[in-house]
Amino acid sequence: MKNISLMILAVIILTACGEKKDMKSLKEGVSGTTEILGAGATFPFPFYSKVFDEYNKIKGVKVNYQAIGSGGGIKQLVSKTVDFGGTDAFMDAQELAEAGKPIVHIPTCLGADVITYNLPGNPKLKFTGEVIADIFLGKIKKWNDKKIAELNPDVKLPSQKIVVVHRSDGSGTTFIFSDYLTKISKDWETKVGTGKSLDWPVGLGGKGNQGVAGLVQQTPGSIGYVELVYSKSNNMPAALIKNSSGNFIDPTISSVSLAANFELPADTRASITNTSSADGYPISSFTWIILFKELNYNNRDENHAKEIVDLIWWLIHQGEQYAEPLHYSPLPQQALLKAETILKSVTYNGKPIKE
Amino acid sequence: MRKLFSGDKIYRGILYASAFFLIVLLFGFFITFIFESSESLSKFGFGFITGTQWDPIDSQFGALPFLIGTLITSFLALIISFPLSLMIAVFLSEYFHKGFFHNIIKTAVELLAGIPSIVFGFWGLFVLVPVIRDFQTAIGIEAYGVGIFSSAIVLSIMIIPYTASISREVITMVPSDVKEAAYSLGATKYEVIRRIILPYSGSGIFAGALLALGRALGETMAVTMIIGNSNIMPTSIFSPGNTMASVIANEFTEATDSTYLSALIEIGLLLFIVTAFINLIGKYIIKKTARFS
Repeated sequence: MKNISLMILAVIILTACGEKKDMKSLKEGVSGTTEILGAGATFPFPFYSKVFDEYNKIKGVKVNYQAIGSGGGIKQLVSKTVDFGGTDAFMDAQELAEAGKPIVHIPTCLGADVITYNLPGNPKLKFTGEVIADIFLGKIKKWNDKKIAELNPDVKLPSQKIVVVHRSDGSGTTFIFSDYLTKISKDWETKVGTGKSLDWPVGLGGKGNQGVAGLVQQTPGSIGYVELVYSKSNNMPAALIKNSSGNFIDPTISSVSLAANFELPADTRASITNTSSADGYPISSFTWIILFKELNYNNRDENHAKEIVDLIWWLIHQGEQYAEPLHYSPLPQQALLKAETILKSVTYNGKPIKE
Repeated sequence: MRKLFSGDKIYRGILYASAFFLIVLLFGFFITFIFESSESLSKFGFGFITGTQWDPIDSQFGALPFLIGTLITSFLALIISFPLSLMIAVFLSEYFHKGFFHNIIKTAVELLAGIPSIVFGFWGLFVLVPVIRDFQTAIGIEAYGVGIFSSAIVLSIMIIPYTASISREVITMVPSDVKEAAYSLGATKYEVIRRIILPYSGSGIFAGALLALGRALGETMAVTMIIGNSNIMPTSIFSPGNTMASVIANEFTEATDSTYLSALIEIGLLLFIVTAFINLIGKYIIKKTARFS
C-alpha cells in the first residue's frame, strides 16, 4: 500500500515536471528561439533524428527535421520556410544562382550504394564499373558471361538470365549510382546519363530501398543497388567494387569514409564517386546540410542564428559518434576541416557567428 | 408556417450552393491542370501522347507506355472481375438471399472494399508474384513475376466489391411480379435469371462495372508495387510496365526541373481526361441500352 502511494506520488511529480518543461519549450517555440526547422533528404534521416534527439536532451533545443526528399529540402530553403535544408546531391551552379543569395554546403556524413544480388548461395562477387554499366545497360545478359567470370574465377556462376532491378522513384541513391557509371563508361554517359530518375534501358523498378531489396530477394538471378545503410541492416550480399587505384573494395563504414579522404574543393561541393583514394569505396557520396551564408533574413534574431550554427557545429563534431552504430560513415579528417571552415564563414549582419 | 417556409428556402440554398461548388471544384481542377502543365503542353503537343520515350535527363517526355499500361491493366482487371462479381451478385440475391451465410458473404465482399490498397500490394508482391513467376517459368517465358498481368489480377480483386454490391442492389430491385409471371409460364430459374433479371438490371450492372473501372484506372499504391515500374512499351501482358498514376507517385517528389514537373502534371491531366472520357461513353451506353425504364 505504501509502495503504491509512493509510486503515485512519483508519477505525479514526474508528470508535473514534464508539463512544466513542455510549457517552457512551447512558449519559447512560439517566440521562435528554441525550435529549429529543417527539411530535406530522407537518406540521413535516421542519423539526424538520433543526433537532434541527443542534442535536445543536452541543450534543450528542439530540432524539427522533415524528411521530404532532397529536392524538397532545396525548395524549402530557397523559399525561406526552413532554417536549413538537407540534400544528397549538391546544388549545381544554376540552382545556386536561382537562389538569389549565397548558400553554403556543409557535409555531415557519407553514404554509399551497394551492389546486391540473388544467386544460389550468394557468393561474394567482384565487379568493375564497366561490368556494372554493361549489366545495367542490358549488354551483359547472363550470369556466366565471360566478363563476370573473368573477375570471379573461384565462383561457379549459373547460366541464368540477369534480372536488373533499379529504383522507380526519383532518388539520391540513383543519382550516386548513375554519377559513378557516367564517370566510368562512355556508353552509359551517352545512353543514360546522371540523374535522380533515369530512362532505364532494361529492368524492373522498385519503389524505395525496400522496393528494390524486396524484388532482389524474391527474384532469382537478379541484381540491384541499395544504400549501404539499408543493406547492412538487412544483411544483404554486397559486391566488392574495383576502384580507380585497382583495388577491390568491400563496402564498409570505413571504406566509405576513406572515399572522401583526398584534396576536396573548398566548398565541398564535389562528387566523390570513383574516388582517387586508394582504399576508398568508389560508389560513395556526401550528404549535406545547406543554409544561407547570411542568416539575417525574415526577421531572424541573432540568438536564433547562433543556435542554428551551434547545432550544425555539434552535429559534425559530437554528433558523428552516432553515425557508425546506424551504419552511416562519419566524416574523415579532411572533410571535417573543410566543413569547419565553411561553417565559420556563416555570418549575421556580415559578422561571423562562430569564431 | 412562415418559419418553416424560410427554413425550406435556406435548405434549398445550401443544396444549390453544394451542387454549384462541385462544378466549380471540378472546373478548377481542370484549369489548374492545364495551367500547371502548359510548359509541357506547348513543348511536346500531341507528341506527348504518342511518344514512347520518358527521359528526365534529356527532358524528353512521351507518355504512351503509361497510357497503354493504365488501359491494359484496368480493362484486363475488369474482364477478370466482371463475371466473378456478377456471379456473386446473382448468388446473393437469387440463391442465398437471406440468413447467416448470406450475411457472411455479403460482409466479406464489402470488407474487400475497405482494405487499404497497400495491403493488396503486399499480398500481391509476396504471395501472388511468386506464383505467377513459377507459372511463367513453366510456360517458358521471361520469369519476372511482377508485371501487367500480376497487377491486373490484384486490381480485379480490388474492384470486385464495386460491381458486386451495385449489381446485387439492382437485381434485388427487379419486381417480383415480373419474375413470378415468368415462373408461372414455366420458366426455369436459369431462364428467369438469363431472360428477365439480367436484361432488367443490365444498365445498373453496367454502371457498377463502370465505377469499378474508374477505381482501377486511378489505383496507385498496389499497382506500383507489382507492375515492375518499367517505362518501356510493354510487349505482352506478362511484360513489366507502368501506369500513369504510378509514374506520378514515383517521380513527383524529386522532380525539381520545371519541364519535368509540368510533364508529370500533364500525365495527371491525361488521366483526368481518360477517366472522364470513359465515364461519358459509359453514360451514353447506359442511356442507349436501358430497357425497362
